[in-house]
Amino acid sequence: MELRSKVPSGPIDQKWTKHKFDMKLVNPANKRKYHVIVVGSGLAGASASATLAELGYHVSCFTYHDSPRRAHSIAAQGGINAAKNYQGDGDSVFRLFYDTVKGGDFRAREANVYRLAEVSNEIIDQCVAQGIPFAREYGGLLDNRSFGGAQVSRTFYARGQTGQQLLLGAYQALMKEVHKGQVKLYNQCEMLDVVLVDGQARGIVTRHLVTGKIEVHLADAVALGTGGYSNAFYLSTNAMYCNVTAAWRAYRRGAGFANPCYTQIHPTCIPVAGDYQSKLTLMSESLRNDGRIWVSKQVDDDRAPGDIPEDQRDYYLERMYPAFGNLVPRDLASRRAKDMCDQGKGVGETKLGVYLDFEDAIQRLGADVIEARYGNLFEMYERITGEDPYRVPMRIYPAPHYTMGGLWVDYNLMTTVPGLYAIGEANFSDHGANRLGASALMQGVADGYFVLPYTIADYLAQAKLDPVAEDNQEVRGTVEEVESRIDRLLALDGDRTINSFHKELGRIVWDNCGMGRNATGLKEALEKIPVLRQEFWENAKVVGEGGSINQTLERAGRVADFLELAEVMCLDALVREESCGGHFREEHQTPEGEALRDDENFTHVTVWEYTGADTAPREHREPLEFENVPPTQRSYK
Amino acid sequence: MKLKLHVWRQAGPSARGQFVTYETDASEHMSFLEMLDVVNEDLEEKGEDPIVFDSDCREGICGTCGMVINGRPHGPWKRTTVCQLHMREYSDGDEIWIEPWRADGFPVQKDLMVDRAAFDRIVAAGGYISVRTGSAPDANAIPVVQVNAEKSMDAASCIGCGACVAACPNASAMLFTSAKAAHLNLLPQGQPERYGRVLDMILTMEAESFGTCTNHGACENACPKEIKIDVIAMLNRDYMKALLKAS
Repeated sequence: MELRSKVPSGPIDQKWTKHKFDMKLVNPANKRKYHVIVVGSGLAGASASATLAELGYHVSCFTYHDSPRRAHSIAAQGGINAAKNYQGDGDSVFRLFYDTVKGGDFRAREANVYRLAEVSNEIIDQCVAQGIPFAREYGGLLDNRSFGGAQVSRTFYARGQTGQQLLLGAYQALMKEVHKGQVKLYNQCEMLDVVLVDGQARGIVTRHLVTGKIEVHLADAVALGTGGYSNAFYLSTNAMYCNVTAAWRAYRRGAGFANPCYTQIHPTCIPVAGDYQSKLTLMSESLRNDGRIWVSKQVDDDRAPGDIPEDQRDYYLERMYPAFGNLVPRDLASRRAKDMCDQGKGVGETKLGVYLDFEDAIQRLGADVIEARYGNLFEMYERITGEDPYRVPMRIYPAPHYTMGGLWVDYNLMTTVPGLYAIGEANFSDHGANRLGASALMQGVADGYFVLPYTIADYLAQAKLDPVAEDNQEVRGTVEEVESRIDRLLALDGDRTINSFHKELGRIVWDNCGMGRNATGLKEALEKIPVLRQEFWENAKVVGEGGSINQTLERAGRVADFLELAEVMCLDALVREESCGGHFREEHQTPEGEALRDDENFTHVTVWEYTGADTAPREHREPLEFENVPPTQRSYK
Repeated sequence: MKLKLHVWRQAGPSARGQFVTYETDASEHMSFLEMLDVVNEDLEEKGEDPIVFDSDCREGICGTCGMVINGRPHGPWKRTTVCQLHMREYSDGDEIWIEPWRADGFPVQKDLMVDRAAFDRIVAAGGYISVRTGSAPDANAIPVVQVNAEKSMDAASCIGCGACVAACPNASAMLFTSAKAAHLNLLPQGQPERYGRVLDMILTMEAESFGTCTNHGACENACPKEIKIDVIAMLNRDYMKALLKAS
């Protein structure tokens, strides 16, 4: 496997401009001759489909949802960053770039991050023109807020529903092209494999979730905008259907998988309530702007929060990080909460939680101001927990939320398989080892609207793409493999439900490859996962048949892939003998308990190559160079 | 708490459906859908087909879930999708009737799952602003009166779940269509296509199997995002103007 990043030469602020000029173009009259498959209709997939179609390509867009508007981008709350500097507070493209590289703990590719910061401004222009109702000031101009520890106000937002509004914008642009016939939309159609012909990605195999029909769809290039893999933890803030199957099938066909151990744990989620719990709910990070996080100074303190006097409370983030206080980056806030619970200071029935208290803010600003800012979040919290956060402090605990790792892509967003692209959360590219708040939306739409539509032309214009027939041997072979896998899953008639396997896997991954990792735990997980996987194929039970809606079968295929991915996650966490961003190896920390990077040995991307079902994946490395933002120890003290 | 559930089971769009009764033991901390997950887990363990229902984000924002509970779309709580409904609403011995959205425009696919692609076709007809990627002016070159931006956001909060259709005695899609149109028609960016959009969306809505609006207001009452029927009045006004302009 060869890892050529294809980063253009020249000064960082001219690379993208130069690259756009250097790339080959497809003549407008020829674009209609090309057919591109986009898998996924979230922010990245919908924006890419719409833009490619506007340019004149024929596009087929696939989603397993009943409508493209349901993709999980819709759940993003906080906002989207851009370097507009509308607040005149000293923001710039370079500052957004700098913050993102630093926030990612110096494990992202500089050139990609710079490009992201550069196109961020175009994104806001595009979204406003589409009619996205961003928050505005009384004068009618756009409002901004500070978010996730940024020291400038660069976040654009639409109440607590920014992801929803951005996705609806992209969805509407997509539906416009569907109406014109330029995009063919496949709802309730799940991708189960990618088709390679002569080493090039030439299509996908899908299962229609209503009819059960297995079909092959051929094209000239394939883009995966299929999201992240946080559901490997079973409980996460991801939606129920989120899965790794598309990316994992691509990996098994030769696409390198990069940094799978880089997962983000979000600090402000509602704690787990019981064993039946199906998912975790995120409370927007913006709550940390006014809420104060604390636990009792005493271990095993069973008093109600109101009975704990002020001097017996430990506002530990304010104590440990006086400069940033409750606004430290996500990884730090999460780890410190875990520390407090490990010390026996956790709150609530399960003792896995810390308080997020608005009492001071309500006294200072009034309940009405707090309601205007967070009313919908407070209501959501009360609906779920039955507790009123105006009177009782919220209880929060970290939960898996986003995965920085994903399919390795070059500067053009192409994976190691020619003609196969990965966009949005599905790729590994821009966030390094830790993503900053309000950057996921930015990256999703940057890839879809402003990067892929340019870079794909460079491939299509030069690749030799002979016509492929459905009875081509490689195509038939892939279809048969998918069919036999479905048959194998349907034949499973053991004693255990699919969910029970997913839950058990989630517990292994959370305990050993979650907020804190160490060699002993990871090695233990690496022993347990293959055993569980084997049991799955021997003792799982799939009810129903394949010719109609069968949600158990759908879940079975996804859990089977998580059982493979989880092993590579742990392996990746084991070989990365350092701590960086969301990857915290307990053996590697400063005396104060902060992440200790090892720049000399680990300034690289780890990329895993599939070598077969029964053999260990092969490790490759893409060295990273920092010419514009010299690595420093992150400090938020 | 012990509960008796009467759940609509239907094998496919043209199959005959019926209520099937299940008994379950639920905790008050569960969400309603987690209660159903547990029922399904038991069914799977017994080798029976689980109840098919659609749900994804379980945070009330994706609009995937939806079922009629004791006659009310999304159940008894205001401003709440069924995924956000929690079992502390119920008590030991309760009987609960669970049905899919009932509307010709939303054919049942299986059990509680319905096909809502008609909503996508209404949006495709005109629920967008045509702006080619990369051709937009600077974002602050288009100031928007704050009140209008807020009203537009109110309408844009629609999650496309279809509860409005399920609640309407005529199974009309007016609240959905109006919300979609209002979101765009309230903004300066939406003006150039405003009247064409209204005509195209209404025409498509009528071509789908939805009923007509007779101002019952049941939709507003069922909407988990509290979208007001004011948007219907706005659409009707725009429709009249559009017809005049077209003639």
